[in-house]
Amino acid sequence: MRHMAVAAALMLSTATSALAAEPVKIGVLLTLSGPPAVLGEHARDGVLLAQKALAGKMGDRDIEVVVVDDEGKPDIAAQKARDLVEAQGADFVIGPIFSNIMNAIAAPVTSGGAILVSPNAGPSNFAGKDCNPDIFVASYQNDQMPRVLAQHMNDQGIKTAYVLAPNYQAGKDSLNGFKSLYKSEVAGELYVPLGQLDFSAELAQIAAAQPEAVYAFMPGGMGVNLVKQWDQAGLSSIPLMSAFTVDETTLPAEQDAALGKLTGSNWAPDLDVPGNAEFVAAYKEAYSRVPSLYAMGGYDAVMLIESAVKKAGTEDREALRAALKAADFSSLRGEFSFSSNNFPVQDFYLTKAVKDADGSYRTSVVEKVFTAAADGYVAECPMK
Amino acid sequence: MFNLFLLQLLNGAQFGILLFLVAAGLTLVFGIMDFINLAHGVLYMVGGYVMAMMMGTTGNFWLSLTLVLPVMLVLGLALEVLVFRRLYDRSHLDQVLATFGLILVLSELVKILWGSAPLSVPMPEALSGSIALAGPMRYPVYRIAVIGVGLAVALALWFVIARTRVGMLLRAGAANRAMVSALGTDINRLFMLVFAAGAMLAGFAGAIVSPILSVDPGMGDSILILTFVVIVIGGVGSVKGAFFAALLVGIVDTLGRMFGPILLKALMDPAAAAQAGRTIAPMLVYILMAAVLFWRPTGLFGRSVAR
Repeated sequence: MRHMAVAAALMLSTATSALAAEPVKIGVLLTLSGPPAVLGEHARDGVLLAQKALAGKMGDRDIEVVVVDDEGKPDIAAQKARDLVEAQGADFVIGPIFSNIMNAIAAPVTSGGAILVSPNAGPSNFAGKDCNPDIFVASYQNDQMPRVLAQHMNDQGIKTAYVLAPNYQAGKDSLNGFKSLYKSEVAGELYVPLGQLDFSAELAQIAAAQPEAVYAFMPGGMGVNLVKQWDQAGLSSIPLMSAFTVDETTLPAEQDAALGKLTGSNWAPDLDVPGNAEFVAAYKEAYSRVPSLYAMGGYDAVMLIESAVKKAGTEDREALRAALKAADFSSLRGEFSFSSNNFPVQDFYLTKAVKDADGSYRTSVVEKVFTAAADGYVAECPMK
Repeated sequence: MFNLFLLQLLNGAQFGILLFLVAAGLTLVFGIMDFINLAHGVLYMVGGYVMAMMMGTTGNFWLSLTLVLPVMLVLGLALEVLVFRRLYDRSHLDQVLATFGLILVLSELVKILWGSAPLSVPMPEALSGSIALAGPMRYPVYRIAVIGVGLAVALALWFVIARTRVGMLLRAGAANRAMVSALGTDINRLFMLVFAAGAMLAGFAGAIVSPILSVDPGMGDSILILTFVVIVIGGVGSVKGAFFAALLVGIVDTLGRMFGPILLKALMDPAAAAQAGRTIAPMLVYILMAAVLFWRPTGLFGRSVAR
């Protein structure tokens, strides 16, 4: 009796797979544990929301999403990327959040025959000499956010600035990105150990030096603490401008302490682009929090893939690459295209933290700083 | 420059006081029970989360802070009865493994209960200002209050340990556990009490720091290592040692981070000084620990005990 049931089930399953086309398999590899887990959760929810918005289909093919956690560790990420591509047969991998993970998963994903679409990380090596026809960065290049604030300080005629970042690669990159555009004197550079939560010593030094403005890169919980301690230390008269420090993942904890603080971004929940308001409303409805640029990144990554799969399928690799590069989808950021290195050309905005009538906090567009900006590494990339 | 030095001294003292609150419980557990509890940092984190939860329900800072104490005491008792009691007779390696496992379990539990996004606790209105020190420099009232509360707790602990019967047993237990037990004291009850009080102090530290720092799942890990440095410098089992070592570590860490690069600038060119300062500053407390251990292998206030 049992044998018959199994046989029937087997026949049924072969019958259905013969009828419907193969599903499009998307591996989602994000940091979902440890202190920065909330960034990965936002991106994952963005991906799932996009899947829902597409009614689970790309053309006539089902979307199959497999979410895995890289635990913030490059070695584990590489292993899970290999498993996604080789054992589970993923056509695309969406990920990661952090640049050091990107360096670990790029080879396992692309050499395994899948295409990597980054919803967030955009390290400079993949924009330049390591650019790859199977890697598409749908977010931004890491230097671009700090450059928004450097440009704003130049425009404001700010003559002395302090810069502050954690002492690791992304922190140094961020400060170098800032300094590459900022014209006046950088009065002081402060590096803190990664994970430091009490900034009293640094804030005292800034108070003593009284610079005209401060640029900071303090991702995650570090940023929450910096922002909360800023006014407490009596620094409210010095503008704090930051990247990846004040956004929808940290604002629920920063609350009023962050109001009015300036930051740079390629998107904000109130950006006036067709479809954006609907996305924000649907995200709030589904996950009861305001989406961040990480959520937007996950959503846009799926929409980009959908536009290409509908046009070219997944069999012909050359056609699929060309279809992805055409970026023929309506991004929540508005105008969007790819440079020859598969990094985006898009607008960047100065944004600031605001509080909505319903008591939730979000970022809001102040002004456009760069129009159709490409990154500074395109020339180093051999792809044409 | 002198003003900045004073301000940093205050910052260092405040950090040291916080370390002391966490280290006091750990040094007693380590010294008296000879038990290595890596999960002590997690209790500090849980204190922060309980505070955030109480603030969410009651909305009153002082009431919440008071409620954190019994909650942490009960949690400490529960952990002692359910987990730690079974580990006292095991080897140190077993204790390290089991308590490390407990870190993973409690961290995950916290994440399931409260999510992984950092939470914040609003500061009480009365303490949210800052006082002018000199020139443009100001010092937050709340941090002064933290220093005051920490000193009061230190004084109370000193009184309990030096002047009460329980304190006498604690001191005796730290010196010779077997003898205390042989003289007819219920050592298990003493252990339970010490452990629960340690959990309460660590949770209290997490609660009072929550308006300054955000409450997040990683906060316990960052403080645990420095706490061990403190108890090693102070001498395992000595609360007095923990107090002075915590202040020392807090001040050396804060001043080193600030004045290390400035001092180095006098010796070498600015770019190299900045680079060297960045590298050396986080090492200073460990260099301090190595130096203390070289000259006083049992720590500043540790006694060489025969076990």
